[in-house]
Amino acid sequence: MSNGNTAISIDSIRLNSLEDLNTLRQNIIDKHDPNKPEVLICHGTGCIANGSVEVIDAFKKICADADIDAKIMPGIKATGCQGLCSKGPLVLIKPQGLFYQKVKASDVEDIIQKTIIKNEPVERLLYKDPKTGKPIKTEEEIPYYSLQKRVILKNIGKIDPTSIHDKIAVGGYQALAKALKTMTPEEVVTEVANSGLRGRGGAGFPTGRKWQGALKAVEKKGGPVYVVVNGDEGDPGAFMDCAIMEGDPHAVLEGLILGAYALGANKGYLYIRAEYPLAVKHLEMAMEQARAHGLLGDNILNSGFSFDAQINRGAGAFVCGESTALFTSIEGKAGTPRPKYVRSVEEGLWGNPTVLNNVETWANIPLIIKKGADWYSSIGTPKSTGTKVFCLVGKVNNVGLVEVPMGTPITKIVDEIGGGIPSGKPFKAVQTGGPSGGCIPNKLKDTPMDFDSLTDAGAMMGSGAMIVMDEHDCVVDIGRYFLRFLEEESCGKCIPCRLGLTKMREILDNFSAGKGKIEDIETLQSLAKAIQDGALCALGTSAPNPCLTTIKFFKDEYLAHINDQKCPAGVCKELITYSIDPDACTGCRSCARLCPENCITGKKKEPHVINADKCIRCGICLETCKFDAVQVN
Amino acid sequence: MIKFNINDTEVEVEPGCTVLEAARQYGIEIPTLCYHESVAPSGACRLCMVELKDGNWSKLVASCIYPAAEGINIYTETERVHNVRKWLFEMLLSKCPGSNEIKEMASKYGVTSTQFPIENTDEKCMLCGLCTRVCEEVVGLSAISIVDRGVHKKIGSPFLVPSDVCVACGCCVTICPTGAMSARIDAVRRTPDVTLTPLAL
Repeated sequence: MSNGNTAISIDSIRLNSLEDLNTLRQNIIDKHDPNKPEVLICHGTGCIANGSVEVIDAFKKICADADIDAKIMPGIKATGCQGLCSKGPLVLIKPQGLFYQKVKASDVEDIIQKTIIKNEPVERLLYKDPKTGKPIKTEEEIPYYSLQKRVILKNIGKIDPTSIHDKIAVGGYQALAKALKTMTPEEVVTEVANSGLRGRGGAGFPTGRKWQGALKAVEKKGGPVYVVVNGDEGDPGAFMDCAIMEGDPHAVLEGLILGAYALGANKGYLYIRAEYPLAVKHLEMAMEQARAHGLLGDNILNSGFSFDAQINRGAGAFVCGESTALFTSIEGKAGTPRPKYVRSVEEGLWGNPTVLNNVETWANIPLIIKKGADWYSSIGTPKSTGTKVFCLVGKVNNVGLVEVPMGTPITKIVDEIGGGIPSGKPFKAVQTGGPSGGCIPNKLKDTPMDFDSLTDAGAMMGSGAMIVMDEHDCVVDIGRYFLRFLEEESCGKCIPCRLGLTKMREILDNFSAGKGKIEDIETLQSLAKAIQDGALCALGTSAPNPCLTTIKFFKDEYLAHINDQKCPAGVCKELITYSIDPDACTGCRSCARLCPENCITGKKKEPHVINADKCIRCGICLETCKFDAVQVN
Repeated sequence: MIKFNINDTEVEVEPGCTVLEAARQYGIEIPTLCYHESVAPSGACRLCMVELKDGNWSKLVASCIYPAAEGINIYTETERVHNVRKWLFEMLLSKCPGSNEIKEMASKYGVTSTQFPIENTDEKCMLCGLCTRVCEEVVGLSAISIVDRGVHKKIGSPFLVPSDVCVACGCCVTICPTGAMSARIDAVRRTPDVTLTPLAL
């Protein structure tokens, strides 16, 4: 079943009550020696790409070969995403809590010799404070982590996601056992409604109200009712659902089972995009282990309540993240949306009442049931309760997963937690909500990240991607990028989306080629309005947002493209030229050697010249030059 | 019976009726291309968009699929409706310049030219899907379907290979609102020498 990760073999001991679960939990905790060293290696997608699988193998091999006392022989665990992706592969050493970054397989010997055997930190692998350069030993002391409020992400990176026992040890399935024993389904729905939880997929619809709507529909027309997990995360720059499914699959599953109990559903679906194979694998393992423990399937914990779920993999269409398209896809048809004038809670899967929630929303449910609605609603703002997981990406020092209370200002996330942008200057803008969201300029950096404030600013929360931009990002180019993405991803059912987005993109293409006319801006806004009003689903109605917000906040930059045929950010190829500053050029020939068009000439140790007619503006010379001699005009 | 207002005039219809059906019963004109009474509405062409108002709040809905409800206020000729219609006709004129039906309808609503580029002057199909819906829902064969996605969409038989599933009943040709299907049917059926039923001709 598992290749890289060795799962704890499934004990087919069926649990029959809350007491059974507590006994098992105590057994697991008792068996674990908290003083024994443990190595937690990040096995999230980012760290895997940076070589964490090799690091895991090296730990296993070296530990097996080295002469280590059994008392300090470390346990080795591959965990979910530990969060600070730009510094990966990450390794946490317990019990000291040492945080190592950018660990390579060649560093493992040192870690074992120094940290495990001699209990000393490996200085060079510690995180360094970007301002003072001082090494920081533990995760808790690193501002990136200490400034966050990790509730959903609490266990991700700390437990082995392929082990239900790891999850049970940290309190997994306690909420489910509590609800089955002490709460009626109605009380579960009321608790969720009172928590103020709003859907984390982007639109922010109150989850409790959605559930109540489904119950009313069932009352009116009868069952069956379905519960569905939307794991078709597809926004560029978003990977929080991926991290949750990969790193803490039981949290999603427990939330889903609780929802099923509350709504009286016996069947659930987890719709996960096919590009997330590790999430699919971990959820499959989680379901199998939960079934073996009597936490999923027939007569859960001997309560009389039965529920099972299955995984449906998306075939790669972005639009299938839209609820109705997702349903048609599960039903076995091409994933195209249908109008939502009759809501999905009334007519969803196969025309039956269906509750669809996002991965992160489901992961919130066990916390609400375990700790109560009052605890939950004390976090965040009155209208947007709880925390939100954001993916901080783009031109920012600390790229990774960030969880903060709702309502945290953008500047706190980008400048404090994210450590600002690499150049040290203020960021130019932040794109929230992916291709459906908007571009928020630096002057609005105090905007709180909650559903309503973002909508007021013309953007939207979306699923939680925050793409940070600096002065080298062109807003026209950003608009083109998102429109091109949605043009490709449009299902093509309705005309405004299928044909209108292409036209919008063509107008922006003209801007970036210096062929724009001033009246095109008005045309663009009128066409955008028609698409917002006319498109069938949210993919189309929200598609003009990035373009419209950039026009709203960065009109000068658009005018520079149109009136002066200039791209101030130096991105739009047809509007820029490269040249070499003769005073700064040392004649090292690096750029000339790499130029694919051979259009850089000059003698060694003498200033070089770029032939503008032959230059294709690929930017290789700019990236290569160590002396900042290449200039963009 | 359900009572509601279209353009400030009260209308009364049976429950289960859509806004478009109600409007047509009362002789109020709303343009449509992808709607036909013999198949379920799909809300694809968006020409039938109307404005639903409630005090200062309003939104546009597709009347062919929006259920009539007690007391709602519908407006069929507002600035927002006109803006959507104008752009839709411009898009249609660029994509289906070969269709006289579309040209006539667009000109009736005041749109005679398009800012969009014209790629294929003979093209008539606007991918409304009436042909595939009638083949599935009325004929019960699904000999044709919508193939591919987004801008690459087209109408065809499976794998774009002519198929014996097609019985050449001609329903798709009859229902096609733009005249596109009559030229296409021979690419769908395997035995093109069979004469189409009189209905289609």
